[in-house]
Amino acid sequence: MLLPLLLHLLLLLFFAPLMPGVITKTKAWFAGRVGAPLLQPYWDLLRLWKKGFVFSRTTTWVFRAGPVVGLVIPILASLLIPFGAMPAPFSFSGDLILFVYLFGLARFFTAAAALDTGSSFEGMGAVREVTFSCLAEPTVLFALIVLARLSDGLALQNLFGRHLAQAWLTMSAPLGLVVVCLLIVMLVENSRIPFDDPNTHLELTMIHEVMVLDHSGPALGMILYGSALKLMVMGALVVRLTLPFDTGMLWLDLLIFLGGELLLAILIGVIESIMARLRMPRIPQMLIGTTLLSVFALVLTLR
Amino acid sequence: MPILWIGIASLLFGLSGVPGLCLRRNGGGGALLSSLMVLAGSISGSFGVIRALQSGSSSAWQSPWSVPGGRLALEIDPLSSVFLLPLFLVFALGALYGHGYWPQRDHPESGRGLRFNYGLLAGSMVLLLVARNGVLFLLGWELMALAGFFLITTEQENSDARRAGFIYLCATHTGTLALFAMFSLLGAETGSLAFPLAGTLATSGTAIFLLALGGFGVKAGIMPLHIWLPGAHAAAPSHASAVLSGIMIKTGIYGLLRVTSFFTEIPPWWGWTVLILGAISGIFGVAFAIAQHDIKRLLAYHSVENIGIIALGVGGALLGRSYHIPQLVLLGLAGALLHVINHGLFKSLLFFSAGALIHATGTREIDQYGGLLRRLPWSGLFFLGGAVAICGLPPFNGFISEWLIYLGLFQTVQGSPLPVSLILLAIPTLAMIGALAVACFVKVFGVTFLGEPRSEQSLHGHEAPKSMLLGMAGLLVSCAWIGLFPTSLAPLLSSAVLSWSSIPTASLSGPLSPLLLVGVCGWVLLSCLALVGFWLWRRSQNAPDPVSTWGCGFSFPSPRMQYTASSFGDFLVRLFRFGLWSERHGGRVEGVFPAAREFSSHTPDTVLDRLLLPSTSGAAWLFQRIRGLVHNGRVGLYLLYVLLAVVVLLTATLP
Repeated sequence: MLLPLLLHLLLLLFFAPLMPGVITKTKAWFAGRVGAPLLQPYWDLLRLWKKGFVFSRTTTWVFRAGPVVGLVIPILASLLIPFGAMPAPFSFSGDLILFVYLFGLARFFTAAAALDTGSSFEGMGAVREVTFSCLAEPTVLFALIVLARLSDGLALQNLFGRHLAQAWLTMSAPLGLVVVCLLIVMLVENSRIPFDDPNTHLELTMIHEVMVLDHSGPALGMILYGSALKLMVMGALVVRLTLPFDTGMLWLDLLIFLGGELLLAILIGVIESIMARLRMPRIPQMLIGTTLLSVFALVLTLR
Repeated sequence: MPILWIGIASLLFGLSGVPGLCLRRNGGGGALLSSLMVLAGSISGSFGVIRALQSGSSSAWQSPWSVPGGRLALEIDPLSSVFLLPLFLVFALGALYGHGYWPQRDHPESGRGLRFNYGLLAGSMVLLLVARNGVLFLLGWELMALAGFFLITTEQENSDARRAGFIYLCATHTGTLALFAMFSLLGAETGSLAFPLAGTLATSGTAIFLLALGGFGVKAGIMPLHIWLPGAHAAAPSHASAVLSGIMIKTGIYGLLRVTSFFTEIPPWWGWTVLILGAISGIFGVAFAIAQHDIKRLLAYHSVENIGIIALGVGGALLGRSYHIPQLVLLGLAGALLHVINHGLFKSLLFFSAGALIHATGTREIDQYGGLLRRLPWSGLFFLGGAVAICGLPPFNGFISEWLIYLGLFQTVQGSPLPVSLILLAIPTLAMIGALAVACFVKVFGVTFLGEPRSEQSLHGHEAPKSMLLGMAGLLVSCAWIGLFPTSLAPLLSSAVLSWSSIPTASLSGPLSPLLLVGVCGWVLLSCLALVGFWLWRRSQNAPDPVSTWGCGFSFPSPRMQYTASSFGDFLVRLFRFGLWSERHGGRVEGVFPAAREFSSHTPDTVLDRLLLPSTSGAAWLFQRIRGLVHNGRVGLYLLYVLLAVVVLLTATLP
């Protein structure tokens, strides 16, 4: 019980910052640059860890609660999902709802912390964040319903269980749609292109990054770390869906899982390199389209 | 004898305002005495409910009655208990809160009447929840409706309050009319006005169900019957709004559940109707809430949303009975009932803290607030707790009830035939309601308590007195209790489900067992947050002096540049414009050096202001014209009417 939990946490905590590094490297390679070293995110975290704080005199304790919730939630949520073939350390019937709502709690506090600064830019980011997730949330639930319909339980452990390899042979169309939907939701929730561009020089066009403008030092580090963890946790779902192999050997399962996460990071880097960010009014349309895709997937399993 | 204790509670509540009426308005006005009587009533009632639950059997009392249609019958069973427990808690805390919020010395002309009607509302609600006779039920129902009317019109010098009160009176009496018809039909089926036992009525009952849905739906505020709700809850004093919104509208849900429990067979279309109405109320309730600028109107629309969530659970349970899925009955109804309790707690908490805001600033306009967490630290904390709870986020109680409803709806996911598995469509609906609620409460909490003050009033806001804070603290503790110890209410919920429908007892223990783990997750979450938060707090102790927020290159940022409630909601309001039809005036900026411009947006209620009021004023105009023709003051014509009436009667009655 304790050993798998420890392995799960160690994997998450040590591997997660590599993914943004891989994304940056891929983008640099596409642009013909050398780019920052792969391990740069680790150094960034270390640097921020040593720094001091700067606070605005407008802010209250809610501003400090934002990073705390943003760091703790992905760690707890990761305990509910399997990492590849490794089972989830903590699992019960109905934990899929807890998984979704935990991220809701993180969103509540991140957006509240943004409003706490009194800056109009951060208010802008908060609005966009909460609005877009209203449109992304039904997609997630539709996808989970499809997966639950193909499985025999209501725990994430069952939904992403061994039967997936078999299900790909009989139910490939709905599963394919679910993968696309989850990938898009992952891009939205982790503020990647084409929905959000963390590297743009204009706060007006940002979503997530503009909400954390006023954070500094270790608090900013917690936010960056939290978003890397979130990327890995949500990526784990996509990886498990696309590579549902159970070899029975721990090291091989581990290799498949981590390799899948790295491939996913490269894929994100490729998407970011070949696409432009969508105009803001187009994003809701895109998200509603994704919801319709997930409804199609459900209809395919209902017949 | 548990029912005796509850009878005493009803009497103590009902009479709690009477001594005050005989006292001078310039003195204390009997405020202390009435609060003590409400407190005593709550203790006595809770004692009775707990005794009844412990004994395991329902406790009843009957006596002959001179009113036609059966005997005077009272009974306490688990279904009534679910509605009674939050009632006792919230009314007692509300009386405490009222001391600080509506003190007699500040309101000599309305304080005594407010307390009288407050007590009457509680007493009549207890009566109707334990009544087992149609006439007695309607007696309680009407007393409750009238007490509610007088609570809404407490500030009768205010024309908004009078208007809200009259709309409420019209709506509630339309509902009562439907209920009169419903009980008459029910009496015709059973032969007496006494309530039949659960699961004994083997008729089809289409008319009874439709009348019950209409009559109880008006009280519960199911969209599109919610017309009275936003105005009424905004107009009443905050602790009265809290009990109206948190407790009174639930009697509609109670009535619907009680009536549906009589039938042996439930046709599937009943469940589908309730489910679809629940989805509409949920989504549009919260969409209207996002568009509001008045904090109490906003909270009132959230009541519509939460009634929608409850209706999703009830609809699921009804469908579970039709299609014989016991887990769906158990989880759907348990979730709906728990949400009844939860909404009673967190909505009252939110109304109490909204009252603290009004007490501090004197306005209900959210756009006038800002930065109030520094000025009202405790009220702000309580509001935040209530906001997290109402969004259904862990670790508070809202999550537990929504989780149960979700799990119930998920029971149809594996291997159901096609019409049954359409229930699954309610799940993403519930998810969307949840996400919209998060958006709305981020807006309210952020704009109200965070940032910089937007007006003079908020700059000089002050914390609420201790009695108000105590009332809020009690409710927050209850919310956290249910979230962290969800198993403590599981026995009550499962016995209430059993008293509503006789599902096989074997299916009772399994589906509710993960509640323990959900509670554990709540504890883990809370302790991790506390640990990391404490570390960050320690680490940030030696931070240098705070500076002003970075203005993104703008040298003189002002509080007016912050996002307001209107601008925060605008994105979502425009997405929902097909149902909201918001009005926008001005705001267009022209030229290189534009002059000062004004912008205002306003979202009237689509059903009331765009549909009902125009059509009723049209009808009034038409009837006025007809009356002018018929009722013209000529005696000869009136004699003709008499003659015609006599002839018609003669021809109709003669064989």
